[in-house]
Amino acid sequence: MNWFKYSSPQTFFPLAGKLALWFGVLAAIACTAGLYLGFFVAPTDAQQGEAYRIIFIHVPAAWMSMFLYLVMAFWAGLGLAFNTRLSGMMASAIAPTGALFTFIALWTGSLWGKPTWGTWWVWDARLTSELILLFLYFGFLALQAAIDDPRRADKAGAVLALVGVVNIPIIYFSVKWWNTLHQGASVSLTKAPTMAATMLTGMAVMAFGFWFYSIAASLMRARCIMLERERASDWAADYARGSA
Amino acid sequence: MSWGSLENFLAMGGYAFYVWGSYLVTLGLVIAEIVLLALRKRSALARLRLHGTAQGGR
Repeated sequence: MNWFKYSSPQTFFPLAGKLALWFGVLAAIACTAGLYLGFFVAPTDAQQGEAYRIIFIHVPAAWMSMFLYLVMAFWAGLGLAFNTRLSGMMASAIAPTGALFTFIALWTGSLWGKPTWGTWWVWDARLTSELILLFLYFGFLALQAAIDDPRRADKAGAVLALVGVVNIPIIYFSVKWWNTLHQGASVSLTKAPTMAATMLTGMAVMAFGFWFYSIAASLMRARCIMLERERASDWAADYARGSA
Repeated sequence: MSWGSLENFLAMGGYAFYVWGSYLVTLGLVIAEIVLLALRKRSALARLRLHGTAQGGR
């Protein structure tokens, strides 16, 4: 299979449409299964009662907020290095979904923190660095929106995205580096998870659901961006006429 | 995990505000994103069609 075939918007557009549909279906299935596990299989937490059920969206959303930033920076860097058209479009397509998950992580964290910590917000290292991540996404989007020429907007955005990557390990390791309020990781690659198996399974399935959703939403947005930027091209006009 | 009744499920052991406040806002935002994407695609297509007719059928 020739992967470079799909590096042009014209050939990637129909593929992205098919992929978006399939990942959307997978996301719906995984989220339904994850919510079932989270609400009807996982037991009540001995310490937090039912309030802990917020983690089934909080933790996957927080993972996605960091992961999507890395993927966005990857595409941005690729575009900066090789000047490929599609890379910048992919970076722009991921940013709003990344910002969405960052907001969800902060929002659900706040609603979890009130009953368990006794406060909506605290200037803890983890919370503060996650808030900075939200501002990085907003900064990326605002910078791109402020520049009319899409290729220049891509380049400026790419520089910001790449500089901001330094924040990701800060978020991830913040609970180790600074001994503040947010607890350490319950799930890690090196230790056995410190939670019930059904809770962990529910969280993992939700994480897959959010991941598939992110792919679907980013591809849908990438298709919009392709239609907007390639509006002078024949393939875009043909597609618009065909879908009338 | 058995909740016994719908009331118990909705009450979430007294944490209903926090749990449903998290889930409903997340659901609302995701639905909003999907709607905005559909609208964005529709307006992009409308603009393309307009552009096409301005060029004489192209």
